[in-house]
Amino acid sequence: MNAVPMSHGLILGGILFAIGLAGLLMRRNLLLILVSIEVMLNGAGVAFVAAGSRWAQPDGQIMFLFILAAAAAEVSVALALLVRYYRMRGTLDADTARGLGE
Amino acid sequence: MSGPMEAAFYVAAAVAVVSTLLAISRLVAVHALLYLIVSFLSVAVVFYTMGAPLVATLEVIIYAGAILVLFLFVVMMLNLGTRDRDQERQWFSGAAWLGPAILSAILLAEVIYLIVSGATTGGLSATVGPKEVALALYGPYMIGVELASMLLLGAVVGATHLSKQEARP
Repeated sequence: MNAVPMSHGLILGGILFAIGLAGLLMRRNLLLILVSIEVMLNGAGVAFVAAGSRWAQPDGQIMFLFILAAAAAEVSVALALLVRYYRMRGTLDADTARGLGE
Repeated sequence: MSGPMEAAFYVAAAVAVVSTLLAISRLVAVHALLYLIVSFLSVAVVFYTMGAPLVATLEVIIYAGAILVLFLFVVMMLNLGTRDRDQERQWFSGAAWLGPAILSAILLAEVIYLIVSGATTGGLSATVGPKEVALALYGPYMIGVELASMLLLGAVVGATHLSKQEARP
């Protein structure tokens, strides 16, 4: 049985996570920072599903479902905050996001 | 039998990496989101070739279908124009991306070294169908399902509260 090795699945998850981390660090637009967080969550999900498939257990896929629920909750709250912030400041620059509690 | 599936895994993985790289480097937000949809769809193909058909379906429906459409609607609400693109070009030019790229590449190289040198043997040939996942989800993971439902309820309440227009004085 010459299937895809498990390490290649884990490496794909690692690459996606690293791309998301780089995007999180290098962008100043708050919307694209949220997009990078989605990419990082997706990379973690790839690693979970690869591990679950290696041992033929459903636990990896279940962890991915929980990641999906957490991502949906995070995105809805974060986008509501983003729209409110844009109405308040007129920009999406992350550097101006100080003094929000005033 | 495993030949075409292997090829599909590597092609979809390459498409996912390239489209994600393009997504985080676009100047216009809508272009980044469209590339991200391509990335999520190719990750769904990766899940299918790994033997996880249920998760592949949910990746298409929820990630590429619901979450990315939410992003697109927010971009449409914000009315981003050419002014934002010029500002984005100014932010993204020069060495602003070089440091994070190098640091992330170093971390990725370490992770790949650890994975390759570690004891991660075995192949991804087992298929875990929706029935096994559902039986485990509503069996030993029942408390997790309840907690996820409470988390989503909290997110709904929070998003509704935050997006409410305050009364103009």
